[in-house]
Amino acid sequence: MTVTAQTGAYRPAPPPKWRPLTDAAPLLPDERPHRVLGTGAELDPALMSELYTQLVKGRRYNQQATALTKQGRLAVYPSSTGQEACEVAAALVLEERDWLFPSYRDTLAAVARGLDPAQALTLLRGDWHSGYNPLECRIAPLSTPLATQLPHAVGLAHAARLRGDDVVALALVGDGGTSEGDFHEALNFAAVWQAPVVFLVQNNGFAISVPLAKQTAAPTLAHKAVGYGMPGRLVDGNDAAAVHEVLADAVARARRGGGPTLVEAVTYRMEAHTNADDATRYRVDAEVEAWRAHDPVALLESELTRRGLLDEDGIAAAREAAERMAADLRDGMNAEADLDPMSLFDHVYAEQTTQLREQAEQLRAELAAADEHDEHDAPDPHAQHGQEDGR
Amino acid sequence: MSTAATRRPADATRAPARKPTPLAQALNRAMRDAMAEDPAVHVLGEDVGTLGGVFRVTDGLAEEFGDERCTDTPLAEAGILGAAVGMAMYGLRPVVEMQFDAFAYPAFEQLVSHVARMRNRTRGALPMPITIRVPYGGGIGGVEHHSDSSEAYYIATPGLHVLTPATVADAYGLLREAIASDDPVVFLEPKRLYWSKDDWDPRAPAAVEPIGRAAVRRTGTSATLLTYGPSVPVCLEAAEAATAEGWDLEVVDLRSLVPFDDETVTASVRRTGRAVVVHESGGFGGPGGEIAARVTERCFHHLEAPVLRVAGFDIPYPPPMLERHHLPGVDRILDAVDRLQWESRWTEGDGR
Repeated sequence: MTVTAQTGAYRPAPPPKWRPLTDAAPLLPDERPHRVLGTGAELDPALMSELYTQLVKGRRYNQQATALTKQGRLAVYPSSTGQEACEVAAALVLEERDWLFPSYRDTLAAVARGLDPAQALTLLRGDWHSGYNPLECRIAPLSTPLATQLPHAVGLAHAARLRGDDVVALALVGDGGTSEGDFHEALNFAAVWQAPVVFLVQNNGFAISVPLAKQTAAPTLAHKAVGYGMPGRLVDGNDAAAVHEVLADAVARARRGGGPTLVEAVTYRMEAHTNADDATRYRVDAEVEAWRAHDPVALLESELTRRGLLDEDGIAAAREAAERMAADLRDGMNAEADLDPMSLFDHVYAEQTTQLREQAEQLRAELAAADEHDEHDAPDPHAQHGQEDGR
Repeated sequence: MSTAATRRPADATRAPARKPTPLAQALNRAMRDAMAEDPAVHVLGEDVGTLGGVFRVTDGLAEEFGDERCTDTPLAEAGILGAAVGMAMYGLRPVVEMQFDAFAYPAFEQLVSHVARMRNRTRGALPMPITIRVPYGGGIGGVEHHSDSSEAYYIATPGLHVLTPATVADAYGLLREAIASDDPVVFLEPKRLYWSKDDWDPRAPAAVEPIGRAAVRRTGTSATLLTYGPSVPVCLEAAEAATAEGWDLEVVDLRSLVPFDDETVTASVRRTGRAVVVHESGGFGGPGGEIAARVTERCFHHLEAPVLRVAGFDIPYPPPMLERHHLPGVDRILDAVDRLQWESRWTEGDGR
């Protein structure tokens, strides 16, 4: 093959004619986090009503899931309390054919997209599988290793574009995740490939205990976009209308072939990292209280009420819907998990290897022996456990 | 490796002359045929496009199929494999090239945490039909970080298949099977054998054993050499040399480290009663330990001697100026065979 037959982006250029590949100015983020609420900007009543209902449900979902950890019904729950505007807006900006790539803190986004709340929590309940079929809801399985889901979003969006499909991928990551190599590689690939993907960084102030100042020296996380040649957008992450607007712009841009966008939503993690964490070891209450005055649910509620877009009935209806959802979640979590130890061997490979067949037989024999043992030794210790858990 | 000259059938002179095929060319042909048959097959990696790969294994693919089917990616292995995961989620069948063994390590998290377990954690909804080609092993005079035998890391990861061809026919056949597989395959290419040649017809590729089957490359009665990849030709050479000592060695080419063919291995060792595992990878924690344990568990009452291992030393891969001292060669293999307790009282009388 000769050089003249080369395809791709190579452009011969003599040294004196140096020029940047991309003009940086249009990529720079807004000087301040973009806001809609409180600015007098026009609001779409139907969208605001949907956002509000979902925010109220989202807050209730976070409370209920946290309560379930205290009852031993969930192994762990990383709460998104305080970040509901980001979670909900991310779900609502997507079309049905689009894909969502959540991290472990983003089960609410999956639920807001329509996933059954109990199903969304399968992994966090301590089961071995994602609980839902990602192909049916176009929600990737929750990613626990940080930022590793971002290159998946890029690859999927790239594949969709190659196939001529009008599909956008939206990937969620936290401020801590932006330090990971996969964040860098994903953004770089996305920009080089002009993949239809949107990255939403929820900057909630902490990576478990480590504050943002120890995570980055960049002016903002949105500035990182410039280095990859994609636009960076900075938005108030507690202003649901603003997050929705910025994400919707980015999704539309991606859909029309304009390439990826990095959005940084400035928000705050109101709860500890998870139920297993103690936030008082690394932050002061006064800071948390200051953010409580900028609560995403209260912000939207007061604005919509002031503008006459929401009344007492609307508030009551949203709260009722939230209670129904919470009751469903409790019911789902109180039902015994359908656990079959033999299923652990079913999906390791398309076809079981000889070695796994042998190991499955070993476990089957162990289970049979345990059953026999239980029959001879009443009372059954497993049954007792079941009763305790059932409180 | 045998050349066509030693294998050419007697009547070959009457047929139109066919040049022997290098192993790298058979790999190239496998990708080309797979891409032609299935538009979902995409090749991606560093320098795989215009250049055709640093070993030219992807030569001509970008020209024939376009750079959207054979893509030069940014230089970032986690990004390459991570993107391949997303492509596979959307129904594509990515074939990823990691430029060198030691350059595949940045992709390790994607491999272990996602590629290997995505099928499992989605109960089969998201299979990962990804082939990860990794040129591996030493013996080509490569400088630091260009000669690792990294198979032990991969075989320790459930959910992956780990294949390594040693013949031209297997290079084609196994790679086609890897690309067609709905499971992720780490496809280890012995770079030392890229230029080894054999008589092979690209228009009618010889059928090969499926994934998960070992192949007996040389039958013998005295002892079994269990080996794979770059060490297969070394073992065949050792077996020829061993005849001078009166040993008739069987050589088993494992081909597929995962799934492992216990059946073929067990049958061979039960027949010969002695076994040596040979690989370039270090001995401590290397595949040989697992293989020796499996053989011992299944063949204990047939064994005349402990299963021995001939491996690279447990040192960082040495510089090219010294690598010949590291790599298991004919002498080290014959020394091990010599230590298989031929004088043992168990072998006296009617033996086993």
